[in-house]
Amino acid sequence: MKNSTWNFIVLSTLIGIFIAYSCYLYFGKGTSSSSAPHMSNLAIEGEQIWQNNNCTACHQLYGLGGYLGPDLTNVISNPQKGEIYARSFLNSGVKSMPKFDFTEQEKDALIAFFAHVDATGYYPNQYAEFSKDGWVKIKYK
Amino acid sequence: MIKKSNLNSSVLFIIFGLIALLIAALIGMIISFVYINPDLLKEVLPFNRLRPMHTTSAVAWIVLTATGGIYFYLKNIEKVEFFSNTLIKIHLILFLIMGITIYVCYFFGVLGGREYLEFLPVLIVPVLIGWVFFGINYFGSVWKKIKEGPVYYWMWGTGILFMIFHLTEAHFWAFTDIRSDYIKDLTIQWKSYGSFVGSWNMLVYGTAIFLMSKMKNDDGLARGKKVFFFYFLGLTNLMFGWAHHTYIVPAAPWIRYFAYVISMTEWIIFLNIVYIFIKNLGQTQRKYYNMTYRFLMASEFWVSANIVLALLMSIPSLNYYTHGTHITVAHSMGTTIGINTCILLASVSYIVKKLNPNNWEENLSVYYAFLVFNASLFVFWISLIVGGIYKAVWMSKGSDVTFGQLHNNSSTIFVIFILSGVFIFLSLSVIVYHLLKDLGSKIFYLDKD
Repeated sequence: MKNSTWNFIVLSTLIGIFIAYSCYLYFGKGTSSSSAPHMSNLAIEGEQIWQNNNCTACHQLYGLGGYLGPDLTNVISNPQKGEIYARSFLNSGVKSMPKFDFTEQEKDALIAFFAHVDATGYYPNQYAEFSKDGWVKIKYK
Repeated sequence: MIKKSNLNSSVLFIIFGLIALLIAALIGMIISFVYINPDLLKEVLPFNRLRPMHTTSAVAWIVLTATGGIYFYLKNIEKVEFFSNTLIKIHLILFLIMGITIYVCYFFGVLGGREYLEFLPVLIVPVLIGWVFFGINYFGSVWKKIKEGPVYYWMWGTGILFMIFHLTEAHFWAFTDIRSDYIKDLTIQWKSYGSFVGSWNMLVYGTAIFLMSKMKNDDGLARGKKVFFFYFLGLTNLMFGWAHHTYIVPAAPWIRYFAYVISMTEWIIFLNIVYIFIKNLGQTQRKYYNMTYRFLMASEFWVSANIVLALLMSIPSLNYYTHGTHITVAHSMGTTIGINTCILLASVSYIVKKLNPNNWEENLSVYYAFLVFNASLFVFWISLIVGGIYKAVWMSKGSDVTFGQLHNNSSTIFVIFILSGVFIFLSLSVIVYHLLKDLGSKIFYLDKD
């Protein structure tokens, strides 16, 4: 068999596996290990406010986002922070954070979003266990 | 025979790519000052608007220059008849209109707010149409040649196809079922971003292999079994390697195990190919393509530096500490500036050489700028790693030091990273100025039949 034919066979096989793998991720349960329920409408509204103001430019969730502000994955359950702390920061305009003018309803939505993210897991995962082969077993909520 | 003067769309793609590079470097430099002066531009253009301008410009530099290079090489070197010249012009105009629209939206604070793709989601539609036009034109032009063609035809083709797919996938969050499941949304987000970068790497690395085979005048370099093995390995990484970003995301463990295996493979092969190329390259070609050669050499250094970082970061027990720190930024800057930018500047230098046999690289200021660029990038890269280690220690300790205190304690590192950023901008400005000067005169050029 010619090399070019082999190349087409390898390419087709890879694409086939990729399609099956992607469909499993989109429709299967593999990406939903978290026990948290689906987001409420209020939390989705909060996520939209988060996006409209591009909060991810400075803040991270699960380590994804900018580096100028703190990660907010567990801001609600953090005993040193919590809902009141997070709420007070929203319109503070502290440091490089723009002086937002969120209404109380918008603040409720943002807090609902943070609470939902918080319920999905830990970051940093302080309870993770390390194996000798380099693997890390993270703790799930 | 001399044809009428033509508007050279491929050169225009590259010119706009170079302008995007300057904008990316300029805004990157400006926003770095916010790290030590939080109030800088806060009332005029806050960080949440400036950062997307920087990232979008950087992506535009890579995409526009790689695209312009592919169009140029197919037409002028490979002597391919395009499926449609009109589609190239529409592609260019569409991307320009969308680029301007996205900047205007950023300026007025109309934002989409997804990491890396921070523009309004609806704007992805015309961008995707532009990519589809590129795909139609590319496959329509080279389809009959691909099967027996060199590996860069395969790389460019898969780069275009997967770019279309992953740009679409990055917007699956618009479906309620995905959006309401935060972990699924986050996992798909990482999947699309990781593979999106892999897709443009196909375009850029394909360009690198094209340049190597042409400079060495050895078509076999792009046709051997080894180079196709590398291509398939790269494609496997593009498809499945993204998941090393999700080690800390509470998704199913098998997704992360799979990524761990895949991630350990890719870079070594590319390094090996570049090594063989450099080893075998004759002195004559080195001299003729001086600046192209230098940039390719620099990209080899950056491949070597980033291979170590990438491999370490792909080990879950190390990724646990590096994820979400400036070490991740060091990796992305090392690859986008060090590898992609050097390969693309090599590509533009090659094109300038083809259009204008006068040795623009003989200009000493360009040579010194090249040295300053790489030296300051190295300092920049190291300062990010040091800053990342500092944050990793802070995160793992869970100490009482607040994020604000950590930020203040890191000010020395920030000053070094800002200063090196200034030198990166200045040196790039010199290089880009000379490239633009030569390319500008070729926007309208006489085509020989």
